Amino acid sequence: MKPVKLVKSGVRNLMANKLRTGLAILGIVIGIGSVIALISMGESSKRAVQSQIQSIGSNLLTVSPGSQQSGSIRGAFGGATTLTNEDAAAILTASSVTTIKNVSSEYNGRAQVIADRNNTNTQIVGVQPVYAEVHKMTLSSGSFITGQQLSSMSRVAVVGPTVVEDLFGENANPIGQSIRISGKTFQIVGVAVSKGGTGFNNQDDRIYIPLTTAQKQLFGVKHLTSIALEANSELVMTTAQNQVGYLLLERHHLTDPAAADFRILSQEDILQTASQITGTFTALLTSIAAISLLVGGIGIMNIMLMSVTERTREIGLRKALGARKKVIISQFLTESIILTFTGGLIGIGLGVVGFYIYSRVNSSAFVVTPASVLLAFFVSVGIGVLFGWYPARKAANLQPIEALRYE
Amino acid sequence: MRDSLIKVSGLNKIYRTDDLELKVLSDINLHIDAGEFVAIMGPSGSGKSTLMHILGVLDLPTSGTYYLDGQNVGSLSDDELADIRNKKIGFVFQAYNLLPRTSAVENVMLPMDYAGIPDTDQLILAKRVLAMMGLSDRLDHPPNKLSGGQQQRVAIARALVMQPAIILADEPTGNIASVQAEEIMAIFQKLNADGHTIIMITHELNIAEHAKRIIHLFDGRVIEDGNGHQQRRISKKL
Repeated sequence: MKPVKLVKSGVRNLMANKLRTGLAILGIVIGIGSVIALISMGESSKRAVQSQIQSIGSNLLTVSPGSQQSGSIRGAFGGATTLTNEDAAAILTASSVTTIKNVSSEYNGRAQVIADRNNTNTQIVGVQPVYAEVHKMTLSSGSFITGQQLSSMSRVAVVGPTVVEDLFGENANPIGQSIRISGKTFQIVGVAVSKGGTGFNNQDDRIYIPLTTAQKQLFGVKHLTSIALEANSELVMTTAQNQVGYLLLERHHLTDPAAADFRILSQEDILQTASQITGTFTALLTSIAAISLLVGGIGIMNIMLMSVTERTREIGLRKALGARKKVIISQFLTESIILTFTGGLIGIGLGVVGFYIYSRVNSSAFVVTPASVLLAFFVSVGIGVLFGWYPARKAANLQPIEALRYE
Repeated sequence: MRDSLIKVSGLNKIYRTDDLELKVLSDINLHIDAGEFVAIMGPSGSGKSTLMHILGVLDLPTSGTYYLDGQNVGSLSDDELADIRNKKIGFVFQAYNLLPRTSAVENVMLPMDYAGIPDTDQLILAKRVLAMMGLSDRLDHPPNKLSGGQQQRVAIARALVMQPAIILADEPTGNIASVQAEEIMAIFQKLNADGHTIIMITHELNIAEHAKRIIHLFDGRVIEDGNGHQQRRISKKL
C-alpha cells in the first residue's frame, strides 16, 4: 500500500477516537517537550559558564579559608576564620612569592539593605581599591572605592545594577543617594556595569563597600572570606599556586600540605566545578524527562494494543481481502508513528516555548541547537516504531478466521 | 477430463479444546466446476460455515486435500494464502463487513490496494463495478449513510472487483429485508449468468432455490447434493 494511503487511513482511524488519541499524544508531548527544554537549558548554562571564564580572565587565583580543625573533627570548608589581613599583606611582600601582580582582600557577608521604602537582602562585599582591577570590574557611573575611603573607613558604597533596580527602580540614578545597610547609613558613589549574572551567584546583586568598614563597622570581624590573586600571566598559575601555598602553610605553622586550613583555586577550577554541577543537574533532569518519555511510549503501546483488540474484526476482514502480514504491520505502525510524530512536533514546539520563557525569566541566552531538535524528532519517531511494533505484530499474526469470528 | 475449479477429497475438520474434541466436518468430497451457482444448506451446527471458511482459505482442514484451481492450498504459507484470497476469492459476508468511516468507492478499492494496482486504475474499476450494482450516485457515501441492501451491494462490488474465480457468500441476505434480499439474489443470478462461479451459504430454502445446485450438510457430512428441484422434494420429505 502507498504511504500516502496508509497515513490517510491511519489519521482517519485515529480521529475516530479523538480523546483517546489526544491523551496518547499528550504523553509524548510532555516527554519530548521536557527533554527539549532541559537539554536547551543545560546547553545555555554551559555557554554562560564559558563566557564567564572569558570575561573574568584565567590568571585569577582565589584563596579561601579551609575547614576549622579541632582534634579529629573537621568542620565545613570556608567556615574557618584563619585567613587574615596579615596573610594578604604577606603574599604581596614576601620575597618567596614572585609571580603575583595584585592581591585583593575581600570580606563577604549578607545584610538587609533599606533605601527609602524599599528593602532587599543582598551580598555585601568589603573590598580594596585593587578589587576593580583584579576582577575586571567597570562602572557605568560614579567611581570605585578609593584608598582614601579605605583608610578613613568611609561609609560609601558601589552598587550592582540588580540592587539599583531592587531599591530605586529601573534606570534610576542612585549616585549620591543614601542607603541603610544593617541600620548604618551609606552613601552611593558608583554603579557597576552588568556582568549578566546567572542564578547561582548573581554578580549584579552585590554592594561593594571599603573592606575596613565591612570588617570593623558592619560585621565586627578581623578575618577575610577570600583573597583574590592576580598572577603575572596564565603561564605561571601552578608556580603561583605553590608559592602562595607554601607561604601560607608556613605562616599558619603547618607542615603537612594535606592539613592545610585554606584552599587555593584558579578561576578555571571554580568554573569547571560550576559547569560540572550544571552538567550533573542537566543530566539528572534530562534522565527524568527521558523516563516520562518512556512512560509516554508505554501509553502509546497500550493504546495500540487496545486498538488491535477493538479492531480484530477489521483485521480479519483485511486479511480475507488479501492483506499480507507486512501490510497489516505497516498499517498499525503507521498509526503509532503518526501518534508519536505529532506528539514529537507539538513537544518540540512546547519545549522551545518553555525554554524561551525560562531564558527570559533568568535573562540567560536563548539557544536551541538544531541537534537537540533533530534528536527529539528521531526519538519520537523511534518510540512510535519501538512501542508500535509489538501491537502491530500481534495484529498481523491474528488468524483471519479467528479475527472474523471475534465478537 | 478438465480439472474441477474446486476439488475437495477426504476433508476433515476437528476442533480441539483442552478436554474436548469436536469433529465439525467429516469426510467431505466435493467437486465444483467453473460457472456453477451452488448453495450450501444446513441447520446451525451442521458445519456449513466451517466448510465455507475452508473453501475460502480463511481456515485450513485438519486432514484431507483441497485443490483450488489446480493448486493444493494445504502447502501454502500465510502470505500465499492471502494472495489467493486476494486474487481468486471474493467474499460477501452476512454483516457486510465494510470499513466504517470509509466511502463506498474506497471500500471497493481496498482489495486492489493489496494487489498493488495503481490508484488511477483502481478508481476506474471501482466506479465501474459500483455502477453495475446501481450505486453510481452513492460513491462517496460511508456505510452508515447506506441501507442494508446498498451496503451489501457495495460488498458484492468489492468481492467482484478483482475478477475472482469464486464468489463466496456467507448468509448474504441474513441481515436484509426480503424485498432487498430478492434484489441481491437477482444480482447473484445475473453474475452467474455472466459466468461467475458462486458458492452461497444459507439456511433459508427460498434463498437457496435461486442456486442451480444445493448441497445439504448435516452433522458435518454431505447428505444430499443435487439440483434445486430434487432438493425441494428432499426438504418436503424431511
